[in-house]
Parts: sequence; C-alpha cells; structure tokens
Amino acid sequence: MSIDVRKYLQPHKCLTLEERLALVKCRFDDRSHIEVDQSGFRADPDRAVLFICPAQVFKLNETDDSCIVNYEDCLECGACQVARRYTSWRNPRGGYGVTYHYG
Amino acid sequence: MSDERFEVVIVGAGPAGIAAALTLAREGVEVLVLERGDFPGAKNLFGGILYTSVVNELLPEFWDRAPIERHIINRRWVLLDEDTQVALDLKSARFDVPPYNNTFTALRSKWDRWFAEQAEEAGAMIISETNVEELIIEGGRVQGVRTGRDEGDVKADCVILAEGANALIAERAGFRPQMSPRNRVSAVKEVIALPPEIIEDRFHLEGRQGAAIEYFGGAVKGTVGSAFIYTNYDSLSVGVGCMIEEFLRLKMAPYDLLDWFKAHPMVAPLLRGGETVEYATKMIPEDSYSALSDLYEDGLILVGDCAGLVNPSIHHEGTNLAMASGVAAAEAIIEARARNDYSKATLARYRLALEESWVMKDLKRYRDSVHFMLDNRELVSDYPDLAIRLIRRYFTVDDMPKDELLNGLWATIKNEVSFLKAARQMWRARKTML
Repeated sequence: MSIDVRKYLQPHKCLTLEERLALVKCRFDDRSHIEVDQSGFRADPDRAVLFICPAQVFKLNETDDSCIVNYEDCLECGACQVARRYTSWRNPRGGYGVTYHYG
Repeated sequence: MSDERFEVVIVGAGPAGIAAALTLAREGVEVLVLERGDFPGAKNLFGGILYTSVVNELLPEFWDRAPIERHIINRRWVLLDEDTQVALDLKSARFDVPPYNNTFTALRSKWDRWFAEQAEEAGAMIISETNVEELIIEGGRVQGVRTGRDEGDVKADCVILAEGANALIAERAGFRPQMSPRNRVSAVKEVIALPPEIIEDRFHLEGRQGAAIEYFGGAVKGTVGSAFIYTNYDSLSVGVGCMIEEFLRLKMAPYDLLDWFKAHPMVAPLLRGGETVEYATKMIPEDSYSALSDLYEDGLILVGDCAGLVNPSIHHEGTNLAMASGVAAAEAIIEARARNDYSKATLARYRLALEESWVMKDLKRYRDSVHFMLDNRELVSDYPDLAIRLIRRYFTVDDMPKDELLNGLWATIKNEVSFLKAARQMWRARKTML
C-alpha cells in the first residue's frame, strides 16, 4: 500500500456552497426555467425560497425587495415549487441543465 | 419525430422506466424511452442503497457485471445528540455471500446507464436529451406525449410515466395529488472521495464489503428526517434528508444541516481526509398510501417515484419498489396488448398486481408513519434525546451507588415523560413505523 495515511488523518475540508455548485457539470440555457411571482414572494413573511433551495438559486435584491433567480445554479430537485407555489418550475429543455458524474 | 408511433412510450429512464422497458422489449413490444438528461442516469440521484430483489429476477447474478459499489454487510442505526451517539449495529457474514441480502451501494449515473443498456440490448429504443412537456390527451384518453423537440409529438397505445419525484407532468394533468411540504422530503448529498483501503480500514470492511449508517434524532435537529453515510468503492455518500415542512419550520437551508452533521464530533472522524467531488439534491416522495391516486388511466400508467412508491419507514426502500412497479406496469400492458384494449378498466390489472404484492402491502402498513411523526415530534426529538441521556448516565463511571443511579434515572423519566401519552405513542409507533 503506497497511501500516505497522514493525509487521511487531516480533517475533511468542508466546501462553500459556491465551491460545491462548481463541481456539478451544467449546460446553461439562455432562458430561465424558473419564474417567481414577485408579489407572492413579498407577501411571504419567511421568504422561504431564500433558504429552502439546496442550491441557493433565489437571492434577495435589497434595492427593490425582489427575488433574483440564478437559474443557472439550479440542481433540478423542484423543492422550491413544493415549498412555495409563488415559484413556477419547469424542466430545463432536453439536453440542458445538470449532468451528475456520480449521482 | 412527427407522426412517430410506438406501442408504448415511457417518460424517464430511471429504475422504474427501465425495468418496464426491459420487460416490454423482451416480449417484443415496440417501446420508446424518452430521457431529458444527456444519457440515462445523468440527472438521477438517490441516497445510495440499491435494493435488488427485482433486479436479480430481471438480470440474474447482475453483481458479476453491473457497476455496483459495495454489498452491504453492516447496517447501523444511530441516535445522536450534540456530543454523543447510541447505535444499533447489525453486521453479518450471511450478507457477505450471494445474493448479498439484496442490498448494495451504487452511484446512479453509472448504474442507471448500465441498466438502460440492458434494456437497449433487449430491443428498447432510448432517446436522451428529450424533455416531455405534457401528455397528449384526446377523446378522454392519453394518446401520447408532447416533447420539446420540433414536431415532437409521439403517439402511443399506452404511456408509462416514470418522471420521478418531481412529478410535474402527472400533477399538471391531475393524475396525482398535489406535491406538498408534508409529502416531499428534500435531500442533499455529497460524494466524498477516499481510497478504498482507507474506507475498508476505517469502516472495518474487507474487499467489496460495505457499510450503511443512518442517523436520527439530534443528527437532524430532532426533525422528521435522517442523515446517512454509505460506503461506495472509493468514496462515501454523505447526506441529509428531511420533510420540506421541517426545513420550513426550522427556517434552515438543507446544506447548512448537512454541514452541521458533517462537523458532528461522532461523524467528522469518519470523513477525515475525504475530498468532496460532487454535491447533489433530490426530492423523495413520501405520499401516504391513502393519498395515492389510482396510478392508471385510459392509456396511462404511473410508476416509481412519480406514483409515490417509496417506503417511508426506517426501511427507506425506493429503487426496488420502483422496479417492481415498472415490471407490473409492463405485465399489465402485455395483457392489454393481447386484447388490444388499453382502457382504464383493463389497466386496472396493474394496481391489482401491486396490491397483491409486497409493494402495496408495505405502503399500506406504513401509510400513517410520516404524518404520525410530523404530529408526534417527541418520537424524533424528545424521546431519542432522553434515551441517549439515560444510557450515557447509566454508563457514566463515578462513585454513585448503582441503586441511587437507577433511582435518579427513574426520576428523570417520571419528570419528563407522560406515561399515558408515551405508551399510546409507542403503541401506535409500533403499528405505523416498525
């Protein structure tokens, strides 16, 4: 065995979400597959989509209190629409979106 | 693809869709599978355990040639609080020989691709990079599917919907109840690379033996959910999954819960030196049996996750139910084909076959488990926490006489637990969860 065992005694390095998203292969479409009804978003006291999305696709635009949709980061789970129906989610077009290497 | 016609069109190349395609193709049925990813498996995900009783019937002794990771000889169920773990550990040499307790770790991008190749070899046609936008419904029956391609209508005698947990097509057509925070789990997972030798040493395994560890209670902040570590050949699958309602209640992001779990003092040593190579997320359907739709319509059958076929109990089975439903759908269609009648009345054979099998018998048994836990959170928060404290105290070594120690433990229990309520909950838990 030619493994440097000491290397594997070091703590696991926890990546930032941005670093993790960068690991996923993705083919970007030029149009978004996610829409947000801004009045529904503003009426949501919890602003749930800001934390419920595992890829943090939704961000707050503080200047006008609206929701920005970074659809390119989407990992296609669909949880946003289940959590809050003011989001509307479609499948990306065939051949676009994420491709998992491991899955 | 205009004016294309197949006997059967299947939407989605996951375990359910492919099991159906393989079964149909073997009977000489003209079957087309449409997959929106770059290849079958490209967008598919699970925690990591493939249950294989159905695969082994379709493809006997598949483990000699399929891309599986490890066979599971060790299962561990763990309760955590902030600094302590209590575990039930099952490890058996009986699981080390074929058929390996029908329990393997796998990575779906590789496994599903291989499984789809078996269906292609049997004669099924699979077209990737093709998104199905909706069902074509004419004259009250499903006549085919509308894809996102130009002139992309495909007609069929029967359509099988195997679109997965995010069941948009079925929901929009009104063929399944609405997805909700109380019937969908949100799960995130990382694949963390480690050399096989390190995994085997760290988890006490040899060769292709594997371990599956599931964590409850404080591991997921006392929510209805769980965390897991599964050993692949040269990586670990590490993740958390909770009902969406739970994330909403905690106002917590799934990746923050995952990071918290990974940093737990009882978990971190298992991940030492591991490098995250993929981050992924998926919903898991935990529809209660009572809320399932018919699962068959005129010219349509629903299978797998989009039908809601996941065992939501501690067994967490999904892939095997998916494949069993795919096979049952294929068999019902083969019967319908012989009669040239794909009406709802004929396809009812599908539901009947599922009801008679372990698939629906299990879903029926666990029909109340998710709602029961959501409405009795003591079962996943207070009681596990108390159990850990009692066991830890009992084995804490100091100079207190054991009589006094036991009296103290009894006093703690009396203080914190309403016996009548707990007895009632335990009785129901036995009936709905075990």
